[in-house]
Amino acid sequence: MSVAEKISQAELQSEIQSAALPAAKNSIPLRFITCGSVDDGKSTLIGRLLWDTKAVFDDQVGAIEKLSDKHENGVGSLEFANLLDGLQAEQEQGITIDVAYRYFSTPNRSFIVADTPGHAQYTKNMVTGASTADLAVLLIDARSGILEQTRRHANVVSLMGIKQVILVINKIDLIDYDQTRFDEISEQFKTLAEAFNFTSITTIPTSAIKGENVAFTARENMPWYEGKTLLETLELAPKSTPRSMGFRFPVQRISRPDESFRGYQGTIAAGSIKPGDPVTILPSGQQANVSKIVTFDLVRNAGVHGDAVTLVLDRQIDISRGDMIVSNDDQPSLEFSYQAQIIALTEHGIQPGKQYWLKSNTRKQYVSVDVAETLNLETGLWETAEKIELNDLSKVQLNFTNRIAFDTYQNNKTTGSFILIDPDTNNTIAGGMITQAIDNVKSITPNTPNASTTITMPSDIAEEFYRSEFYQKYQDSIESNDS
Amino acid sequence: MTDTNSKPPLDPHLKALENEAIYIFREVAAEFQNPVMLYSVGKDSSVLLHLARKAFYPGPVPFPLLHIDTGWKFKEMIAFRDKIVSDYELDLISYTNPRGSAENITPFNHPRYTDIMKTEALRTALDKGGYDAAFGGARRDEEASRAKERIYSFRTANHSWDPRNQRAELWSIYNGDIFKGESVRAFPLSNWTELDIWQYIKAEDIPIVPLYYAQQRPFVERDGTIILAEDQRLELAPGEVVQEDYIRFRTLGCFPLTGGVRSTADDIDQVITEIQSARTSERQGRAIDKDKAGSMELKKREGYF
Repeated sequence: MSVAEKISQAELQSEIQSAALPAAKNSIPLRFITCGSVDDGKSTLIGRLLWDTKAVFDDQVGAIEKLSDKHENGVGSLEFANLLDGLQAEQEQGITIDVAYRYFSTPNRSFIVADTPGHAQYTKNMVTGASTADLAVLLIDARSGILEQTRRHANVVSLMGIKQVILVINKIDLIDYDQTRFDEISEQFKTLAEAFNFTSITTIPTSAIKGENVAFTARENMPWYEGKTLLETLELAPKSTPRSMGFRFPVQRISRPDESFRGYQGTIAAGSIKPGDPVTILPSGQQANVSKIVTFDLVRNAGVHGDAVTLVLDRQIDISRGDMIVSNDDQPSLEFSYQAQIIALTEHGIQPGKQYWLKSNTRKQYVSVDVAETLNLETGLWETAEKIELNDLSKVQLNFTNRIAFDTYQNNKTTGSFILIDPDTNNTIAGGMITQAIDNVKSITPNTPNASTTITMPSDIAEEFYRSEFYQKYQDSIESNDS
Repeated sequence: MTDTNSKPPLDPHLKALENEAIYIFREVAAEFQNPVMLYSVGKDSSVLLHLARKAFYPGPVPFPLLHIDTGWKFKEMIAFRDKIVSDYELDLISYTNPRGSAENITPFNHPRYTDIMKTEALRTALDKGGYDAAFGGARRDEEASRAKERIYSFRTANHSWDPRNQRAELWSIYNGDIFKGESVRAFPLSNWTELDIWQYIKAEDIPIVPLYYAQQRPFVERDGTIILAEDQRLELAPGEVVQEDYIRFRTLGCFPLTGGVRSTADDIDQVITEIQSARTSERQGRAIDKDKAGSMELKKREGYF
């Protein structure tokens, strides 16, 4: 090593040593989804976020420059969009065909972006990305304004339970930073969004290619915009938290290392628990008290939503994977039938009457699906349907042969969501959200609610009753009355 | 009553990542007949192992570890591996492709070294064990083709990965249904970044191979890459000189293929600081990614991790 090299090495070292270690991030990563088409500059926007937060390394840029040359796109040596197109096949086609996850962070927060394509036929990818997102960034081209696609994206995002939306009005430089136009589009969007249950809507004018209002402000070109940049808005966005409710603990696994220990392993899906708390096990209805909350680090005195723990109960009960341990008050529904919204994810769609596996967190059981309506994404209206095809969003009734515990998706995304698996292919053919439990007993006398009597019978007889032709006919007549 | 441990609690960011990883470990262990954990001895594997021990506590890790040993790993890696296995009472299976010694395939003399000694070896070892699920420590932030990888990555009976035929993955509901012969690779660290890994190693005081920390070490510089000259397995090219300086490694693999960096970061805090100011990715020193653009994707399609 030359003297000069040694000196620069020493300098680098002293720089490194003087830089204080950053404080650990005091927040859970924010997960968000971006919706928009290639033409809106979506890949450029995400590429810009990664670039400006230094989530991209020099050697990765090197590989990208090589690729750009091959394409001869001529937009310059560094194309932000190329940072994103992960798979060779897609790069060759120039479109993103699947959900990709990107990671970047600021000193304050980490972010996980689900990058999903905007083409109409790829609704399933958007749904996949939205299923884990706290927030949605809807991207439009300032020149074209709100399109049919924007409504579609807002609709899907809203159905997936996302409450916070940021509308990024991109390519603002191409309309000469026109404030009037920006205000107009913002207003249009707010009107459109009234149909959906968003709790927060922010609109931001950006030029992703120039990096304006993405991570850095652009007062010079947009003195009229006094709001936050996209990155600041993301940093401040609250994490979506489940509605406060009773304790929910889907049992993943029984831990029985020896005769002396029997624990139930899982992740707390809602509420909290402490030793001594009484609990009920669903679907059996057996009761017990929690005696210990065990983790690798310590025996804890409380567990809260999100914690992966092992529960020990004060008595021997028959519990298996797929059961749910819940608080005695504020319990989920436990029914044979539910109303749900589902999205078909494969080209075969969903066959009414066929038996599918339903997996909800840790439980798997057979289900049959009755179709009621499908959402027309063009009009935003629900239409009567007989079958479900790829990318259809549909309202259905799920029918089980055993009672199953669910919350509504609105109350809890973990205990209110499920997937359908085709036993013939093992493929995941649908994702779904519970909207309502169907109370079988009550609905036997739907027209005289005041005169209803509670029928109690042993569960095996009840099940037989529910399967009987008599009961099925009753159900059918109720449904036709309802519609 | 108070929590009975003096260790400060994890910050919420790392706690969320830890909870997710533990959930994935438990799901796979509950749903598959015969899982195995790929253990490469690197820092990500160390974190993965730590999480596995946490997930199944107070029980033991309920599956074996599989190490694909090419015979060209850093000596310190093997010593570290053996100590960890004995300290934690783990069940380790080490597999080396017999073609290596039979056909004298080395990183220096064979263009398909990685394919044979890593990809082919992995496929053979998985077949021999009849595993239906294999945990890996891959992260989505590592390399472009991994950004679209699922948590449960479906593999056909010949272990190949078809990026166009992956199952949709919604919420945290994973589909583990497979037919005989098919398998799933499960990635509990999917959502971790390199920095998360290091901060977690620090927070949890996880032992890692000392090569990650700077020390005076002998090396040669080959095509701009710093190759450790630690033993007679490295044949010097004419005119090549063994130098000595403070170097460390950001990733660990086969020593002739893994480039070191000049650094004096000899403890975890300095390593973290160095990573935060780094302008090149950790895979920068890895020859495997650089053959051609998209080369990792090609390797994955063939069954590489």
